[in-house]
This record gives sequence, structure tokens and C-alpha cells, in this order.
Amino acid sequence: MVQFNLPKNSKILKGQYFKNKTGSSNIKLVHVYRWNPEKNENPREDTFEVDLNTCGNKVLDILNKIKNEIDSTLTFRKSCAHGVCGSCAMNVDGVNTLSCMKSHKDIKGDLRIFPLPHLKVIKDLVADLTVLYKQYESIEPWLKTSKSKSEKNEINQSKKNREKLDGLYECIMCACCSTSCPSYWWNGESYLGPAVLLQAYRWISDSRDDEKKERLKMVADKLKLYRCHTIMNCTSSCPKGLNPAKAIGSIKKMLATS
Amino acid sequence: MTDNQNPLSPHLQIYRWHISSLLSIAHRISGVINLLALILIFFWLIALILGEDNYESFLLTINSFFGKFILIGFVWSMCFHILSGIRHLVWDLGYGFEIKTANISGIIVIISSLVLTIIFWLLAKGFI
Repeated sequence: MVQFNLPKNSKILKGQYFKNKTGSSNIKLVHVYRWNPEKNENPREDTFEVDLNTCGNKVLDILNKIKNEIDSTLTFRKSCAHGVCGSCAMNVDGVNTLSCMKSHKDIKGDLRIFPLPHLKVIKDLVADLTVLYKQYESIEPWLKTSKSKSEKNEINQSKKNREKLDGLYECIMCACCSTSCPSYWWNGESYLGPAVLLQAYRWISDSRDDEKKERLKMVADKLKLYRCHTIMNCTSSCPKGLNPAKAIGSIKKMLATS
Repeated sequence: MTDNQNPLSPHLQIYRWHISSLLSIAHRISGVINLLALILIFFWLIALILGEDNYESFLLTINSFFGKFILIGFVWSMCFHILSGIRHLVWDLGYGFEIKTANISGIIVIISSLVLTIIFWLLAKGFI
């Protein structure tokens, strides 16, 4: 049964308020989801006054500033800070995105930051993506060729066939799309979700791969694939501008016409 | 790492609504309302079978302000569900997956469902 409300231990309480001490007038209120595994408490929403005069434009800059100058216990994932690694995916202003790509200037009023939705929280903005990675593994995301081809020979791909992977290979598996999808919230254990299905389609579309039929057969499942109801939250949230909804639609079409 | 202690991050409570997600949930709800509408039609038939008195009282209920509100609501729900269903069929054919296109088609569905409801009602009243 679908549970729309948060469980009792997940209800968000009012947190601390960190006042800015520089006396700057260019202040933004930043509300951040906090949960500490070492304390037996409910998650809370802390509010930080951040001086924008001494801060970069991106949401990640704000988080770094808070961690460096206000509260060093704030925990979040980050690495490249250029939208390539996908580590800093989180829910900013109600939409999943990479905090290193999102400018706070695009957000009017207060800034609200949560971890990726409907996941087990590990600490603060870090959520557990184990299930998603297991699902990714289940679609066998590597090239599979028949034994007759010698491993010594390079498998050539025409320009036209290579183009079929455009809009698919760019995916960095940041999980913004999957965790934006209500179907994935309610059926995350069985439904593969947009990120994994886009990857599945990437391998189905690869002209060098010899197991297209098997791959299609593997995802052709009431729960794995057809829990997609074209809600399109995935495409709206993708920080790389890809279109998982279209990829899933293409898989469905392939199955209907094959 | 994940025991039952770990909280679940907020989802529906914080996620922003888009036209596409609103229409998706509206499609489901209107599907359920359509079922209720069908049940009402059966009540109408039953009232017909039960004789003149019963049919009169059924008509009285239907023609009240509340009854009309329900009827117009049912007509809109039917119109919306059919149009939104067509939108889904177009997706099944592989078209209209771009966010911009999907937003436009969504707005078209909303507006034309209202227009269709008005046309339907005018037709039923004999104005056109």
C-alpha cells in the first residue's frame, strides 16, 4: 500500500537558527534538512543566514560556505563541482538537481534544500542509493558480443549508429530523475526507474551489442518497465537536459512493434 | 547502513508540482470519477424500472443545484479523461516527449476539456 505521509521517525521538526554576524544586508535564508545518525532524534530543518556578498553563485557554494564558516557538521556529497560526477544531487527548491549547476539567483525568496526524495537518509543531505545501484547492475550495463567475434578485432560503429547514443550516453547516474518519480517512490523495489531504464535503452540502442532481444525481454515487465505512467518529473528534473521519459517511451514502442 | 532507524527523506511533501505531474494524477482521479458516473447512470436506469414516482424523485434530485453540479462535473471528468487518454496514445506512438511539447499538450487538454464540457451542455440544453 502506498504511504503518502512520512513515517513517524521521519517527520521534520523545526531546527536551529544561525544568525549572520557580518552585518551584511545581502542575506539569503537557507533552510537545510539535517539528520544526525548518532542522535536518536527526528530530522530537523535548520535555517542559516548566508551573506551573498562573500559567496559564489551556485547552491553548492552556499553549502560549502555554511560548512566552512557556520556549521562544520553539515554533511553532503560533492566532488567535481562542474556537473560531471553527479555526486551533489539533491532537492533544491522542490526540484531535484545538481547543486553545483543550480544558481541561487534563479530561486526567489528562501532557499530550501533536502536530500533526494524518498530514500533512506544516511546523514543530513546524504541519502542511500544502494537499491538504485543494484538495479543498475541488474540491466548488465556493459557491451555483450557473441563469441564468434574475435576479441582482437575492433568493432566499428558507423556515424549514424553512434548518433543513436546521443542523449543517452551523457547520463551521469546522479539519480535526480529516479528520485523525482512518484512511481519510483511507491514502487522503488520493483520498478527500475527512469535512470536505470535510460541506461537499459542506451545498451539496447548500441549497434555493437548482440543481445538487444535479451535486453528487451529482461525489461519487458509489468513492474520493471510499465510502472512508468509518463508523469515526466524525470525529464523536468534532469540536470543534463536528457529525456528519460522519451527513452522509456522508446522501449515501450520497441516492445509493442517487435 | 540502512536500518529502520534511518528516516525517509521527504518526497510528496516537498516536491514541486509541474503541469505534467498534475495532469497525470488528474487523469487517474478522473478515471475513478468516471466509474462513479457510470454508477449514477445505472441508478437512472433503475429509477426508470421502479416506476413513475421513483423516476420523478430521481429527476428532482438531478435537477437541483447540487445535482447539476455533480452532472456537469461528471461531463467534465469524461471529457478530460478522453482527451488526456488521447495525449497518452500520442506518447505511445512516440511523439510529444519534450517538456515544452508536453506542457503545451497538457494545457490544450485542460482548455479543450472545459470547452467540450460547455459545448456538450449547450447541446444537451438544445441551444445549438
